[in-house]
Amino acid sequence: MKRGIFIWVILGFFFLSFGFTQVGFAKNKIIIGFTVSQTGKLNAESKEQFNGLSLWKSYVNKQGGIYVKELHKRLPVEFKYYDDESSKDRVQQLYVRLITQDHADFLISPYSSGLTASAAIIAEQYEKIMLAIGAASDSIFSKGYTHTFQIYTPASRYLTGALDLLKAQDPGAKKVAIIFEQSNFAKAVATAAKNYAEKHGFKLVLFESYAKGTTDFTSFLNKIAEKKPDAVIGGGHFSDGETFAKQLFEQKMRIKLVSLLVAPAVPKFAEIGKAALYVTAPSQWEPKAQFTQNTAKKLGLPWFGVSANWFVKNYSKLYGETPGYHAAGGFVAGLVIQKAIEDAGSLKSNKVKKALEAMDLMTFYGRIKFDKGKYYGRQLGHEMVYLQWQNKGGKLVKQVIWPKGAESAKFIYPYYKKFK
Amino acid sequence: MEGWLAAIINGILLGLVYGLAAIGLNLIWGVMNVINLSHGAFIALGMFCAYFLFHLAGINPFFAMILILIIGILLGMISYFIVLHRVLDAPELSTLLSTYSLSLIIIGLGTFIFTTNPRAIDIGLGSIKILGIYLPISKILTGLFSVLFTLLLYVFLYKTWTGKAIRAVSINRSAAEFMGVNSTFILSLSFGIGIGLAMVAGCLIAAIFPFTILSGAVYELKSFVICVLGGLGSPIGALIGGLILGLLENLFALKIPVGYIPFIEFVILVIILLVKPTGLITKR
Repeated sequence: MKRGIFIWVILGFFFLSFGFTQVGFAKNKIIIGFTVSQTGKLNAESKEQFNGLSLWKSYVNKQGGIYVKELHKRLPVEFKYYDDESSKDRVQQLYVRLITQDHADFLISPYSSGLTASAAIIAEQYEKIMLAIGAASDSIFSKGYTHTFQIYTPASRYLTGALDLLKAQDPGAKKVAIIFEQSNFAKAVATAAKNYAEKHGFKLVLFESYAKGTTDFTSFLNKIAEKKPDAVIGGGHFSDGETFAKQLFEQKMRIKLVSLLVAPAVPKFAEIGKAALYVTAPSQWEPKAQFTQNTAKKLGLPWFGVSANWFVKNYSKLYGETPGYHAAGGFVAGLVIQKAIEDAGSLKSNKVKKALEAMDLMTFYGRIKFDKGKYYGRQLGHEMVYLQWQNKGGKLVKQVIWPKGAESAKFIYPYYKKFK
Repeated sequence: MEGWLAAIINGILLGLVYGLAAIGLNLIWGVMNVINLSHGAFIALGMFCAYFLFHLAGINPFFAMILILIIGILLGMISYFIVLHRVLDAPELSTLLSTYSLSLIIIGLGTFIFTTNPRAIDIGLGSIKILGIYLPISKILTGLFSVLFTLLLYVFLYKTWTGKAIRAVSINRSAAEFMGVNSTFILSLSFGIGIGLAMVAGCLIAAIFPFTILSGAVYELKSFVICVLGGLGSPIGALIGGLILGLLENLFALKIPVGYIPFIEFVILVIILLVKPTGLITKR
């Protein structure tokens, strides 16, 4: 009996030491852990994000992996992921599992601000670097976390670019109306745009919200006719944004700039025909955005990764559809982690964190630079691109018109030009 | 100034549509003393009828409304015999519950079949400039047809034998029966016309605004306010009530946040109920 126990103890030590050797000494892959909303309401966006990430994995592994200077070799990337069912509760359990059982070296966030806020708590507790994609909320970065780094432009800068665009195009246009949906996201965006407008010398003539599901914007149109703003910015989600754009068109409002959240960035927006023409919208990224090595050169920034054409071509070939900004976000999160590991020359969290802090580079998705101050980890470098619906050979197409250096076409101004 | 003018014109046009939406409720309430809680559901049904007639058969909502009126009258008459006939003389709570059940069935089935995704009918009639304000032609047509339907109903109620019979039943059902009026048929017809008008209103609203199966609820609530404003039993009263509401909504909204408007509307409703419960414009 005693002999039996002795053999088991010896065997136990043997397996334990073998395990340590595997983890501690013979590191032969980099494990990146995350959750995907394979089921639930966030499924569509999360899947696109995952596709982008997967394309990056095959891209980096084709090169033999990521070079880690400390280990003097390239290590291939391996993914560990679970279905979070679009649920905050699942996210926390699964991220703990990814860290403690799957020994993930780095983390990528789930899709959406809500789920990322849950995952960020775990990343902080276990001091694991997490790149946040599909999460535009500013509030995640106001909690003092020091391990979460944001890829998306935060909500606070979602619509401010529209004001920059207006200022650059027509410095005399000062009157702005902000009309937005009563939702947390739209309210955060609108409030930030309001503060920005007031700070930059614009005159806010209207700042008002509408209830979710509003279909009749007549009262707002009357106010617009009364206040005569140069720009109308705001919106919320797809259906209200589309209806608002349609009713602005029907009453032939003499507005110089219309910029709405979400709706115009969706291809289906073209169904309202001429009402869509010259409407602008912010987007995290568009396939036509021209961030190239030349853009990087002009700004004096290093370039990293693939070109937008490479990304669009390979993504379309693999998944049979044109990538949107969710997919681009996924790919870029991979690129950022790859660059940080290469710069740090190590897989240790504290060293990679320092590399991320120092990062300021250009990719096909735009500039990447992180906040090191009060909102640690929040995205500072990336700017929204602005798209505008334009007429190309009798067909409505989305063109990128802002920021400078990323344009695919010239900005057509003013909006009411189409009524002539 | 342009804003005020736009508010007045838009207020009138929207008010006319609100008026038409309320007439069906007003008629049923006035004639049968039934508060029809399925009114909004039938407005939504009218929207979907217009949508499918437009997208499947290519029929413009402004032509489809005649067909929808007939469908509505038939549906209303059938509903009357299933839902209302046996509880009509029971306490008021019974009719309230039976029409509410009907509403739940329609909305429930509608949500299951059509989902709650927004839909729209884009007839693309363009806009026209009136007094310096651009207005969608579909909105103007909607206002005009609302007036037309109200006038037709007025002529029907006051100039035809059946219309007079409806009014007679609403004033004194027993006396009307003594005079040879088939009150069961007249009541079912009244309910049918009420539902038909609700569906026509839905059809016209669908021509100007996007909608879901739940959109009728907004117009049902407005219809209650209008019925109280305009008094019961009179189509012209409902139209005037609608106009008042449309103008109030648009003019107030120029000076105060739009979000406060429903609050103001219901405060007015409560005040009228307290001060003049028969309505501002009472015919009887």
